[in-house]
Amino acid sequence: MAKVKHRAQSHPDAVPEQPFSAPPAPGAVESGLRALSANLEPAAPAAPPAPAAGSGFLNQDPQLVGDFLVEAREHLANIEARLLEIEQGAHTQETLHSAFRSFHTIKGLAGFLEYDVIQEVSHEVETLLDLARNGKLEILAPTVDVILQAGDYLSAWLNSIEAVQQGREVQSPPAPAALLSRVRAAATSEPRQDSPVLPLWDDEPQPAAPAAPSASPAGSSEPAPGAEAAVAAPAKGSASGGGEVSLVKVDTAKLEYLVDMVGELVIAQSMLRHNQDLGAVRSPKLQRDVAHLTRVTAEVQKTAMAMRMVPIGQLFKRMTRLVRDLARKSGKLAELEMQGEEVELDRTIVEKLSDPLVHMLRNSMDHGIEPSEERVAAGKPAAGRIRLKASHQAGMIVIEISDDGRGLDRARIFRKAVERGLVAPDAVLSDSEVYQLIFEPGFSTAERVTDVSGRGVGMDVVRKHINKLRGRIDITSTPGAGTVFLLKLPLTLAIIDGLVVLVGGERYIVPIFSVREMFRPSPDRIFTVEGRGEMVMVRDRLLPVIRLGARLGVTAGVQDPSQGVMIVGENDTRTFCLLVDELAGKQEVVIKTLGPVFSDVRGVAGGAILGDGRVGLILDLATLAGDTGALVRG
Amino acid sequence: MQSSAVLHSGAESGEPIKTRRQGKYLVFLLGREEFGVQVLKVREIMGLQEITAVPQTPPFVKGVINLRGKVIPVVDLRRKFGLPETEYTARTCIIVLQVLQSRAAASSIQMGAIVDGVSEVLTIQEAEIEDTPAFGDDVRIPYILGMAKVKGRVKILLDIDHVLSSQELHGLEQLPQRQEESAPAIF
Repeated sequence: MAKVKHRAQSHPDAVPEQPFSAPPAPGAVESGLRALSANLEPAAPAAPPAPAAGSGFLNQDPQLVGDFLVEAREHLANIEARLLEIEQGAHTQETLHSAFRSFHTIKGLAGFLEYDVIQEVSHEVETLLDLARNGKLEILAPTVDVILQAGDYLSAWLNSIEAVQQGREVQSPPAPAALLSRVRAAATSEPRQDSPVLPLWDDEPQPAAPAAPSASPAGSSEPAPGAEAAVAAPAKGSASGGGEVSLVKVDTAKLEYLVDMVGELVIAQSMLRHNQDLGAVRSPKLQRDVAHLTRVTAEVQKTAMAMRMVPIGQLFKRMTRLVRDLARKSGKLAELEMQGEEVELDRTIVEKLSDPLVHMLRNSMDHGIEPSEERVAAGKPAAGRIRLKASHQAGMIVIEISDDGRGLDRARIFRKAVERGLVAPDAVLSDSEVYQLIFEPGFSTAERVTDVSGRGVGMDVVRKHINKLRGRIDITSTPGAGTVFLLKLPLTLAIIDGLVVLVGGERYIVPIFSVREMFRPSPDRIFTVEGRGEMVMVRDRLLPVIRLGARLGVTAGVQDPSQGVMIVGENDTRTFCLLVDELAGKQEVVIKTLGPVFSDVRGVAGGAILGDGRVGLILDLATLAGDTGALVRG
Repeated sequence: MQSSAVLHSGAESGEPIKTRRQGKYLVFLLGREEFGVQVLKVREIMGLQEITAVPQTPPFVKGVINLRGKVIPVVDLRRKFGLPETEYTARTCIIVLQVLQSRAAASSIQMGAIVDGVSEVLTIQEAEIEDTPAFGDDVRIPYILGMAKVKGRVKILLDIDHVLSSQELHGLEQLPQRQEESAPAIF
């Protein structure tokens, strides 16, 4: 668990506080202001046109440039993490060295590829950091800002280089003159008594240094749960910055191929094991060898699948910067706590989780966490606490986003929902049903729209993203004590639990997560609604029947519903019954795309290789049912 | 044998096709006709296996098969060319081809084509290849590279990227879009 703290009010804006060398030259102030405006409007037409990033032939080589982009981005991520550590006071001398080395490497790579602007900017920052690591300069909070801005600037250049690589038209970032002068100004600055100094390797407890292993954070009065984990985290952070873990970068296509091949190996192995001729051979040795093969194959499969998994910590770390920036913007105090960073899940899920997490953290910062005066008045610590926690639970990953803010206002959400006609005024809803209303498109209880949130977009996007990942969101909230969002997600998108069903001799796979129950209906529970198809009574509710065979254009083996099997399925909004011939079992299957040729086919989510090596189609109940089905709500 | 009407596309010049026409071809049979497809496009030849049908696809798309862990589409070339269907025999096989999906993005996918049988690999010289006979001023058959006359027999050389482009496979409803892209099409 890492513990991160942001002091917002001590330096709400870096530029006015920037300690220039006294007496400040008027030119320096001017350039500082220019830098600010350049930062606010990176694409402002007033900004001088940037010189070409480079003119050499090396930067035409897509392979070299691609490698450069990957490496430079890793270094920028490292720089950001290290700087935030410095800002929080949770750093060692190695932290500075690591940031310095990263800038140095970027400079070197950019120089080789003749990206002059990147080289120049990283050179200036490197000079600044060199002074700091030699003890000639103390890193002040505004300096951290300047370096972070330099990082953002480099990142903008990398994006523009990438865009050019992909043949897209982009506007280059503005010339770095203003930024460079700020960096130089920071390098010549002297510490001022009244500015918050973040001394390097100073044992004296600082109000802004919460994660010193022995001293309890001065800013927060209540003990953090799992405080012992907090001790280890900063050390771990700097260790990973030193690059002690040895890693190999592998092309994802190669990895996919390996996983495919392993899948085939499992099928081949299973066909061999169930071969009847082999069963007839009475040889204990053969039995043992086959059993051994089975074990090894299973192990290889497990390893191959695990190679797609990455720890969620890297995603959490990106949120640190977000919370820091949000805290500054809103003038609130907030701490971000992280737990379970080592929990691993599929890389594609981690990538797609980024947007929902950003939205939810914004929401927590804006609506959940109160201004510090209000918090103190309510007897809470001045700094709000937002916690990100990942854990395993029953084969799923659970990500908890909790805050100790004011909590959801049940009455207000209900009132808004009635105003918008989402629920009837006399409806009786459980707490969780009321809370789910905040995921409705355009729903917002905010009285005013800020630039952080309040427009009512965001939470519906969150739900959409999470649904796409086949996950779900639960909310619990206590007025005055905070809100907890629980995201439950599958470990991987590559494998699903499927129900294998038969229709007209063809096998189809229905994802278990969209199946509510299965039953064989008795004839008296089936009704034919005049001209509108069949309905079946399930638990006192009439649900429409979809004949799977008819939907898919297959002649079903069963025409009489009471001879077949009904599967009660649901998608986002509807519940319905799917009539199939019979069930053939439950199987974990690897999802394969059917490719661009079948991209228009509705009702089919992909293919899966079944135990006998044949392809079975995975059904997508959301598009299969279309508008058929009873609405889940009301 | 080619009973289908041919839509016009005059935009594409025959020049680049001509220059890369000569080379090695895999010769396969459909009914009594012999066809050739560039060997470089062929990934493998496999026996017929059970095919999983996919709903909402044109009749000539037979479905999908498992090619060593990958799911690939399979097309019945007889149906595609409007030839009468016959029973599959022991010689019937699937040619797995690497098909260009879009010329601009240079992305390609693997696809299977069911044919009556394969016969040989031939090296065909440019001199042996004749242009497709025109069926009128405006009309060309875009997916035929040319006709090769080898040892007195005619082999129809196919531009397989055209035959199996995903636009072709998507069916009729995308016609307007197709004309926009000036891609020729046969129905």
